[in-house]
Amino acid sequence: MTDARRIGLSRDEMAQRAALDIPDGSYVNLGIGIPEKVAAHVPEGREVIYHTENGLLGMGPSPAEGMGDPELINAGKQRVSAVQGASFFHHADSFVMIRGGHIDLCVLGALQVAQNGDLANWSTGAPDAIPAVGGAMDLVAGVKTIYVITQHTTKSGEPKLVESCTYPLTSPGVVDRIYTDLAVIDVTDDGFQVVELSPQVEFEYVRERTAGELLPTPDVAPEVT
Amino acid sequence: MIDKRITSVEEAVADVFDGATVMIGGFGEAGSPIELIHALIDQGATNLTVVNNNTGSGEVGLAALIMAGRVSKMICSYPRTANSTVFPELYRSGRISLDLVPQGTLAERIRAGGAGIPAFFTATSVGTPLEDGKERRTFGEGDFVLEHGLTSDFALIKCKKADYHGNLVFNKTARNFAPVMATAAGITIVQTAEVVTPGELDPECIVTPGIFVDRIVTIDSPALESELVARGVSYP
Repeated sequence: MTDARRIGLSRDEMAQRAALDIPDGSYVNLGIGIPEKVAAHVPEGREVIYHTENGLLGMGPSPAEGMGDPELINAGKQRVSAVQGASFFHHADSFVMIRGGHIDLCVLGALQVAQNGDLANWSTGAPDAIPAVGGAMDLVAGVKTIYVITQHTTKSGEPKLVESCTYPLTSPGVVDRIYTDLAVIDVTDDGFQVVELSPQVEFEYVRERTAGELLPTPDVAPEVT
Repeated sequence: MIDKRITSVEEAVADVFDGATVMIGGFGEAGSPIELIHALIDQGATNLTVVNNNTGSGEVGLAALIMAGRVSKMICSYPRTANSTVFPELYRSGRISLDLVPQGTLAERIRAGGAGIPAFFTATSVGTPLEDGKERRTFGEGDFVLEHGLTSDFALIKCKKADYHGNLVFNKTARNFAPVMATAAGITIVQTAEVVTPGELDPECIVTPGIFVDRIVTIDSPALESELVARGVSYP
């Protein structure tokens, strides 16, 4: 299954697809990696305010390489900007926003998502690994809606959408929707529900690369625009 | 007369003792009080427990303190950073211990410690390995784990501007853990780029009130961790 990347969406297209689902007026936290790209794709006419847990509400785009302020960074420690109307605050207040349920939506990466919505995204549990959790457990515990963006399989072709997670959990039963290179998938009581297939991707192709229960879309998948 | 200015970083950290718990502000390099950390390395205190979000990068600042063998335990949320090799090596060889705490729980434990709250319940880490060994209780519809407030003997933090009463303002996301650490430490030591006379800071804009601050040292042009790392500097 090493050909999994030949078809389906690019990382940027996955971010663009997820951005379509972010409602106008949302306060959103974006995780490190592909989720960071979502900010660049918010559809025209919507206003979304980005939160970064190291103390900024109103995060704007990264400045050109070598520019910016080393003390104006995001959670991934990359230099960013602050938009008009931004605010700075300390870490405890920042996590009040997260843990107190004030952030509307969070987009995170994943190592594994189980069909019951369990998320594993902080540790492979390998004995020689340095465990590092950051703010992931706080985000999934406190934010109302959790989206995941991830490649459908690992680099070696192993499914990342699984019946149950083998890696240590970030939190049980928290993921609402998954955006992969192959499909948009909702976590439902019956299992993984395909909402939409990526262009030129067949349902069977996705099912072969999914370890949990995968349900087809009830209707014809709409084109990604 | 209240004047918390100290003339040198050496003097500011002189009484940090072996076995002390030291909170160090910063999220990566943003807010890292690098001159105070280097003074602490020179001072020689060892067997320290250090509270920071990360474990430093390169061989300067917090990474240098760890590399010098002064830290026996790290309490942090994310001990992996680009250019962070010092901590992983010591950790894998069993020469430093790690208390891994989710970032929001870490911030709230420090906040609670500073507020005199010994413990609290949170949903964070329920159903994960980081819940192991902790009390779980149900409130309403949800399950929550018991976490304890965290205090320290010292805090080393960095700000942009202070008055000599200890009122502080910060620079952008360099604020991060500093205001809560200032509340939770027995002795809070601040390095500031500028110190002014009380009254010059707008009381409406003061982030950390002076009551939480004990010592202020002026470092008018602090080093940047990333620049030192890029130049291959190894402290001392």
